[in-house]
Amino acid sequence: MGFIDRIARSFLLSELLAGLGITLSYFFKSKATINYPYEKSPLSPRFRGEHALRRYANGEERCIACKLCESTCPAEAITIEAEERADGSRRTTRYDIDMTKCIYCGLCQEACPVDAIVQGPNYEFATETREELIYNKSKLLANGDQWESALALRIEQDAPYR
Amino acid sequence: MEHFFFHTLAGSIVLIVLKTLALLVPVLVGIAYLTWLERKVLAAIMLRKGPNVVGPFGLMQPFADAVKMIFKETVIPAKANRVLFFIAPILVFTLSLIAWAVIPVNNGWAVANLNIGILYLLAISSLGVYGTLLAGWASNSKYSLLGAMRATAQMISYEVSIGLIIVSILLLVGSANLNDIVLAQRRIWFFLPMFPMFIIFFISCLAETNRPPFDFAVGESELVAGFFVEYSSMAFGLFFLAEYGNMILMSAIISILFLGGWLPPLDYVPFTWIPAPFWLIIKILFCLFCFIWVRSAFPRYRYDQLMRLGWKIFLPFSLIWVVLTAGFLMSTGIGIYGGAG
Repeated sequence: MGFIDRIARSFLLSELLAGLGITLSYFFKSKATINYPYEKSPLSPRFRGEHALRRYANGEERCIACKLCESTCPAEAITIEAEERADGSRRTTRYDIDMTKCIYCGLCQEACPVDAIVQGPNYEFATETREELIYNKSKLLANGDQWESALALRIEQDAPYR
Repeated sequence: MEHFFFHTLAGSIVLIVLKTLALLVPVLVGIAYLTWLERKVLAAIMLRKGPNVVGPFGLMQPFADAVKMIFKETVIPAKANRVLFFIAPILVFTLSLIAWAVIPVNNGWAVANLNIGILYLLAISSLGVYGTLLAGWASNSKYSLLGAMRATAQMISYEVSIGLIIVSILLLVGSANLNDIVLAQRRIWFFLPMFPMFIIFFISCLAETNRPPFDFAVGESELVAGFFVEYSSMAFGLFFLAEYGNMILMSAIISILFLGGWLPPLDYVPFTWIPAPFWLIIKILFCLFCFIWVRSAFPRYRYDQLMRLGWKIFLPFSLIWVVLTAGFLMSTGIGIYGGAG
């Protein structure tokens, strides 16, 4: 009986037809595609995108050159040099992030005691050369100025879970 | 005056050229849009949207692809046989087009209404093997040679069962003229009385056109592109077009042999409103959809499984069917489907 069953199944193509039926049912389902350049998927407030250095509302840099981010960075992508400024406060003279080394783990943001270095919502920073991906302090501060409203909102939204 | 002109020698040549263009231009546009259709259908089955940026619904995508293809560089392998290397794609593409000469799109509307139309089709589709073999050999590369061997063995194996199925249709109809074959289906389309053969013919067509699940010749994951692995630019494009042209051709042959060609499903008012050629187009589109649908559903066969299926299952079955058909016709005395007998 099992033999006849097996023969009948292979000659009536029942398994193949079942497979075709499944693919046809998918043909009519609604599509999962997001038309990327025109549509974007929602981002979590914890999304770890392009880095930015933030400022206080009065325009002062937040970064105090404690170098916690530099020491915690597992990819050693951050390079910081610091000096005493004329008014006696400790500030960075150099703050570089090599974005080609960065693994976007978010540890720099976790380590920062003053919320200065953050990873923002921007993931569209592809460039045509590698050199453009080695960010210096002015680029990072410019990013902070550009994305400040979004960055502040994200930190506020995520604060209850920290 | 015009009527007289078309009876002169020059006039008849002009007429043939016009007829050919009237057939080939839609076929070529069809080939272009078949690539679009395939991408759209595959995408829909994979829950994607497919090309939708170039033009409305991505409808200009085939032209963008063509422009890209033409502007690529043609790379010729250093040790290739240059003459054969270029003859092969031209041969393959030409053969996929000249077979259309005998396809009737309405009663008597064929470029050449041959009495041996079906034999002509068989001959042309067999010649296609030469293009494949030449391409594989002329490239002077082991991968394309292996791909060509595979493709050739496969195409030849499945031509045998295709030929035998056509023989049983010829027995039913009593004519090798494609026009007569369609007219013989006025009472009932042949896919009903010949249902098992219809399925075998469809599967053989998949193998004959090197479509998945029988795409060993181009098995992307192991052979990259099989016999045309060394081709680039428009020479590759011709192989690509020929493959899709063969798909449309095979769909047309299935429609004519089994699905009643240009005939409407029922000879009543709502069906007869649609002009006859459109019925053929609808049937061809249905077959093409099935080709693509099968591609989306099944993984590639193994090579020995393909050979076993062709020689040990399809060949005996179609042989038995020929004997059964002949016996049935002999015992009942006359072709029941109103053949010329």
